[in-house]
Amino acid sequence: MQVRSQVSMVFHLDKCIGCHTCSVACKNVWTDRKGAEYMWWNNVETKPGTGYPTKWEDQEKYKGGFESNGDGKLKIKSTSKAKIVPNIFHNPHMPSLDDYYEPWTYDYQNLFNAPEGSDQPTAEPISMIDGQKIDVQAGPNWDDDLGGSPIYAENDPNLAGLTEQQRLQLSSVERLVFFYLPRICNHCLNPCCVASCPSGALYKRGEDGIVLIDQKKCRAWRSCVAACPYKKTYFNWFTGKSEKCILCFPRLETGQAPACFHSCVGRIRYLGVLLYDAERLEEVAKLPDDELVEGQRSLILDPHDPHVIAEAQRNGISDGVIESAQNSPVYKFVMEWKIALPPHIEFRTLPMLFYVPPMSPVQASKPEDTITHNSENLFHDIDDSRVPMKFLANLFGAGHEGVVRYALAKQKAVRWHRRAETVGDIDRETADRMLREANCSREEADAIYKLTSLCKFEDRFVIPPMHREQAIEMMKEPHEHREEVGFGFVGGPRRGV
Amino acid sequence: MIRDAIAWIRDEVDPQGRQWEEFYRNRWTHDKVVRSTHGVNCTGGCTWNIHVKDGIVTWEMQGLDYPLLEEGIPPYEPRGCQRGISFSWYLYSPLRVKYPYIRGALLDLWKQAKADHNDPVDAWKSLVEDPKKRQRWQQARGKGGLRRTDWATALEVISASMVQTIKKHGPDRIAGFSPIPAMSMISYASGARLMQLIGGISLSFYDWYCDLPPASPETWGEQTDVAESADWYHAKMLVSMGANIGMTRTPDCHFLAEGRHNGTKLWVFSPDFNMVAKYADEWVALNAGQDGAWWMAVNHVLLTEFHHQKKTDYFLKYAKKYTDSPFLVEVKKDENGVLRPSQLFRAGRLDKYTEEENGEWKFLMWDEESNAPKMPMGSSGFRWGETPGKWNLVLKDGKDGSNIEPQLSFVDDHDAVVDVELDDFGAGKTSHRGVPVKTLTTTDGEDIQVTTVYDLLMAQYGVNRGLSGEYPADYDDEDAPYTPAWTEKYTGIGRDVLIRFAREWGTTAEHTNGKCTILIGAGVNHWYHANLMYRAGIHALTFCGCVGVNGGGLAHYVGQEKLAPAESWASIALAKDWYPPSRLQNAPSWHYVHTDQWRYEKEFTDYHTVPQNQPESSTANGHTMDMQVRAVRQGWLPFYPQFPENPLELVKQAREAGAESTAEIIAWIVDRLKKKEMKFSVEDPDAEENWPRVWFIWRGNALMASAKGHEYFLRHYLGTHDNAVGKDLAEDSVKEVVWHEHAPQGKMDLVVDLNFRMDTSALYSDIILPAATWYEKADLNSTDMHSFIHPLSEAVPPCWESKSDWAIFKDIAKKFSEVAEPHFPEPVEDVVVAPLAHDSPAEISQSNMNQWIHGEGEAIPGKTMPNFAIVKRDYKNVYNQFVSFGPMVRKNGLGAHGTKYSIEDEYDEYVRTRRTETWDGATYPSLDRDVDVCDAILHFATVTNGELAYRSYKNMEEKTGLPLAQLAEKSRSVRTSYKDIQSQPRRFINSPMWSGLIEDGRTYSPFTYNVEALVPWRTLTGRQSLYLDHPVYIDFGEHLPTYKPKPPPTEYSDLQFTETGDGVGQTIMLNYLTPHGKWHIHSTYGDNQRMTTLSRGIYPLWMNDKDAESMSIADNDWVEVFNDHGVVVTRAVVSARIPPGICMQYHAPERTHGIPLSPLRKKRRAGGHNSLTRTRLKPNFMIGGYGQFTYHFNYWGPVGCNRDTHLLVRKLPGEPVY
Repeated sequence: MQVRSQVSMVFHLDKCIGCHTCSVACKNVWTDRKGAEYMWWNNVETKPGTGYPTKWEDQEKYKGGFESNGDGKLKIKSTSKAKIVPNIFHNPHMPSLDDYYEPWTYDYQNLFNAPEGSDQPTAEPISMIDGQKIDVQAGPNWDDDLGGSPIYAENDPNLAGLTEQQRLQLSSVERLVFFYLPRICNHCLNPCCVASCPSGALYKRGEDGIVLIDQKKCRAWRSCVAACPYKKTYFNWFTGKSEKCILCFPRLETGQAPACFHSCVGRIRYLGVLLYDAERLEEVAKLPDDELVEGQRSLILDPHDPHVIAEAQRNGISDGVIESAQNSPVYKFVMEWKIALPPHIEFRTLPMLFYVPPMSPVQASKPEDTITHNSENLFHDIDDSRVPMKFLANLFGAGHEGVVRYALAKQKAVRWHRRAETVGDIDRETADRMLREANCSREEADAIYKLTSLCKFEDRFVIPPMHREQAIEMMKEPHEHREEVGFGFVGGPRRGV
Repeated sequence: MIRDAIAWIRDEVDPQGRQWEEFYRNRWTHDKVVRSTHGVNCTGGCTWNIHVKDGIVTWEMQGLDYPLLEEGIPPYEPRGCQRGISFSWYLYSPLRVKYPYIRGALLDLWKQAKADHNDPVDAWKSLVEDPKKRQRWQQARGKGGLRRTDWATALEVISASMVQTIKKHGPDRIAGFSPIPAMSMISYASGARLMQLIGGISLSFYDWYCDLPPASPETWGEQTDVAESADWYHAKMLVSMGANIGMTRTPDCHFLAEGRHNGTKLWVFSPDFNMVAKYADEWVALNAGQDGAWWMAVNHVLLTEFHHQKKTDYFLKYAKKYTDSPFLVEVKKDENGVLRPSQLFRAGRLDKYTEEENGEWKFLMWDEESNAPKMPMGSSGFRWGETPGKWNLVLKDGKDGSNIEPQLSFVDDHDAVVDVELDDFGAGKTSHRGVPVKTLTTTDGEDIQVTTVYDLLMAQYGVNRGLSGEYPADYDDEDAPYTPAWTEKYTGIGRDVLIRFAREWGTTAEHTNGKCTILIGAGVNHWYHANLMYRAGIHALTFCGCVGVNGGGLAHYVGQEKLAPAESWASIALAKDWYPPSRLQNAPSWHYVHTDQWRYEKEFTDYHTVPQNQPESSTANGHTMDMQVRAVRQGWLPFYPQFPENPLELVKQAREAGAESTAEIIAWIVDRLKKKEMKFSVEDPDAEENWPRVWFIWRGNALMASAKGHEYFLRHYLGTHDNAVGKDLAEDSVKEVVWHEHAPQGKMDLVVDLNFRMDTSALYSDIILPAATWYEKADLNSTDMHSFIHPLSEAVPPCWESKSDWAIFKDIAKKFSEVAEPHFPEPVEDVVVAPLAHDSPAEISQSNMNQWIHGEGEAIPGKTMPNFAIVKRDYKNVYNQFVSFGPMVRKNGLGAHGTKYSIEDEYDEYVRTRRTETWDGATYPSLDRDVDVCDAILHFATVTNGELAYRSYKNMEEKTGLPLAQLAEKSRSVRTSYKDIQSQPRRFINSPMWSGLIEDGRTYSPFTYNVEALVPWRTLTGRQSLYLDHPVYIDFGEHLPTYKPKPPPTEYSDLQFTETGDGVGQTIMLNYLTPHGKWHIHSTYGDNQRMTTLSRGIYPLWMNDKDAESMSIADNDWVEVFNDHGVVVTRAVVSARIPPGICMQYHAPERTHGIPLSPLRKKRRAGGHNSLTRTRLKPNFMIGGYGQFTYHFNYWGPVGCNRDTHLLVRKLPGEPVY
């Protein structure tokens, strides 16, 4: 057993507002500068939709992630020994600026400076890349709230496997629906970006699993951009380095939640440590699609298990981190309750960001002139939801509905239980039946309810102690560091070496 | 080094190889963090930490330190949305107004005039009195040519214009507009205080924005009082309608999501699938604007099943105690001989109560025990009577103190069943339904028939209780109004869904004692007939006992209207510390009249459905403008200017004519009005002497975002170009107003805008003053979404040459005083006309509709006509007054919403211990700096000073005869200062000026004070008014809850002169909805680079995919959108989530960025959303002097609705041209 600790995340999609506060928090701090304008380390997508960069989930187009081929080996889709040289200056599957968008602003100064004329001046849109006038055709959130649904929503790659009839219905009032998918780097256990870098510039931090691109070592090969199936590494055209979400490690190291977590006003985000067995990574990453979700869970270790604790200690994991793992809200959602699921685990990078799938309104029908809903119960059956189970399964179950159904049924059962407790217009027996069918006890239901609804900041974010003094000690005396930190001339990364 | 788990994965621990990580670590550093918030009328009121590095604001993050409320409620952290977190962009952006600017054309003229005249006032006179010169800068408005100037020049021009206007026309031609104060109350107060010190006008905002829900004053006598968002968590049934909680209550939305996981059911009613629909258990795709039809039928089911059949005990008890349901209503024949419900039966008409004081304003219930009518306490007659202590909801007779057991219905115990005519506006017919009555003999010996409000409601809602008449057979009766089957043709929703909803609603309320909440907003409130839609929803709440309980009630969130420390704030903002009478103008009337929008429509009955066969005397016909004139004459509504004459000159004339005392001066004026020797200005608004002249705009976008009929503003106020094609229509329809063949263009001499960004209002103003942003000044912020008060703080000093609004108006006051001194060396007398006021004895002044102007009764100031007061103004001391908390508050005490408390001792203590101002031999608390104002407000308000709350409750005890002071006992020692709230958000404390009880972390829910402490609502009966018996409401058929059809587009004068035909090409007519959007708060943030990037840059037109396809419009194509009022050119967002027949452009685009020219309208710059709207006022909101129908600023009066607008859309020919 090789025990490692990984800072992991849960996003509760049922609570997500789609407000993008997270995106702006990140943008303000990290990517509001030349060369990074178009980067949204954190973005939020409307589903169904094609996202940012457009159709990122379509690996026919982008060739991201790994494939597990017949010879029992994992293979990076975007590159190989044979391809690395011909593709090194041009990778045909690399997203272009058009797949993201060309950042723009407006010529605001015209409002102040326009000479008196016969009409009102206005500020025209101009490109932030070249300063020229621009015809705005795309943005990082262009299909927000089903904007342009015939072009975007109807081409969501997750619609694969839905019947033509089901697809049509999704744009009619009876089945129409959307929800939000906030995305950051998944800080995968098997990160394809790390695996693909010819310069060895990417690594996982040993102590917390955060995936970083060394801004000194990066040589602008952009292999990571092509390899990441989630398209969460970006190329900075000004510095000539690739960059990505750093999970706000400077904040984590000081016991603060990452900016996008801190600012999540929907209170949908959770963060905590998971312990996992690194020895079995490769074995799990190669499992058949329908075994991947369970396989990934099998890697995650019970932090209360004395054997695990002993192995963790043997692997140099501090007691503070173990305790943090024991209190991790992520462990509860992912392992105890099994209602948080990894996105597109079929990409085989073993993402460590998990999503609680969203409930949605009941379907309707329009037999004649009027719309009617089919709900017979106070809370409708999960199969009558507007979001097709198949769609969610394509996102969160590698196409398999079982794990998604389980997660939704349990959420619904919690609501029945709480209704019976707080109102009493449905009987206890019905609520208990719902719980049984969802494999949930009353105690578990209350625990799920509390962490979902009543969670305070410290319940949502259980940040492990980072022991910076020990890391620093490996280079110099922390006492000395205390005296010197902050002094020095700041110089950013530069193109080339 | 950890061994790599897989060959290709590097797990790195060696710090040597990771030294580069400091690259990112260095970014996450800052020099200081300061707490502030955003003053933007978003209702958020979120606490933010502003990070400053190197003297520059780098970013903001939410504060997390909200104290927790009661156990079991999710915390408020973190509050703050995508818009708020992008604010720091503005500070150093190219959109920032860094220096004072002035229109070049004006500056050139001014320089010349100054060269010719020593006195700046003379200089200004030489410009404004020369029509050519005046036109020169008016016609240049909005067309570029701005020039940077210095503060001294700007202040001099402004001051000169003010003094000259006062001399020539009077101070009531100088107006100030700033939106809703609560978001940054000191900044609001700055300009308003200056206006009121000089005798200028403060324009209202809440009604103008159509944020005021008229059904709230109609029902509760209350502007708006709503639950804080944490209280949603208590609701077990939540309905969201016309409100997009995720989009516009972003920081509160989590309570809704979290409530669902606690077993709450959520229904969402909206025509489009929107952000909140995502959360719904059931999304009801109601046709746009048909919410009223839905709730009317819900009430039919609730009354049928829970009231009539089940007789749910809690519901019936609630109806008796807290609503006007048991009150007696006279049923009598109208002028056409038709039996219809009439007014509430007055206690004074019975022998038993004939001697009773205010007997006309006390009402009766039928007492079950004695089987006789009794007169419960608590009605307005008791509130304004000589004997205190009887204004309460204790069910006892006000005369003899005997118990009352109210009889709700006469259905089982009546003298007769009479056939009453009821209106069915949907079908355009009437129906006749049997109503049980009892006969009473009045003092006059007349036998009259009375029924109960409850029985009338049963009849109106069509509850079949076996009485005679046209009651529906069952729920499937499609032709009988308000059955579930009837509603289908309006809502498009099947009857089964409605019945299921109503049962779930009733059952939930029954099990929880009323924990059903309606979250409601502008999506409903902006329709012309919004009051009816709201009332129908409110009835569903009251029928199930949901109002005044935690987790229940009407949660109307439109605008940040809750200014919590209102008493002390109002005294400063409206300069009541110096001059109690203020000039407060309801903006809807003012703009409707002065921008001449009244000229562009005919009789309101063209689009407003009223009962057929109106009797001769009915008010429900004619032109809205005529009702407006009548409302001013009768003191129902304010209007400024008051008279064509200068009010300063009027007093002089009165004195010259021999009047000595105030009473004599007023009598002299009243006499001249009666003799028609004098007019009100409203009777001839287009005459030059009645124009508004100088307009200050700050904190808002008065010329664009809120300017309903924006193009008419440009035409008639500014005198510059416009894109309207509408023409005069009113000439033959108006009777009470002077018609001028040509409407004046360019009424305003000077428009001054304070701004931190170059928005449309700034672009069109004459002078733009650089205002400090929300991170550069001290201010206060409160909201109804939560119960904390927040500071705005100076994270960095005001950048470049900007100043806080307080500092700017203080500077104007100083320069004004200096410029005024030679012209007004001595104090002057000003006659101030003000309407009959809510929360004053004027509430019981007009029980009939007599008009003195027509000799139908006496002209009595304060009773049958407005109030008059004489104010002595001291223009040379305006600055001194501005910075001093004046003596009138010490003398008069403070209060609001009908409360009152003395502050004499606290005032004196304040003078002893705080900063002061001394001049003319007296010393006052200082209001010099914005921080001083913050502290003064906090110290003298009941929500932040426990002792004053205690006193105010003591005062209420006297009025009500109830024990109340115990409500302040726990918080009596609380004193909150500005520094306190900078350190951590502080919660308010119980105060009698608010109706929610919040001790021990209890969530705020309105009217819990009324329900639990038995303090009456401020209505006619003291109860929640389900029946509105004002004669005008009866004329309009809105006395009972009802359904009225939407104004038809053909009659609404949106498309009468609009281009069609070959030159225009293919068009589609759509209903134009302008809901609040995701990427902006009104127009703020919508021009900010973060938000433009996350949206589509400009404000697009959302339209249905099939509608678009029929026009060959593809997503992101340019469209031209137009009607009589103006034109918009924008891009289309094609989406299946928008239903056919409507389109949406989210409120409120600027014309300043990304707007091309309009090929259709002379290739001029296209407009914003308000280029397509026009103000239409609903006449029945203009009444006054009658219970809750009595004017108060932003409380009551017509609202600026805009939802019923229609327009044509076409694909833009060719490429857009800028």
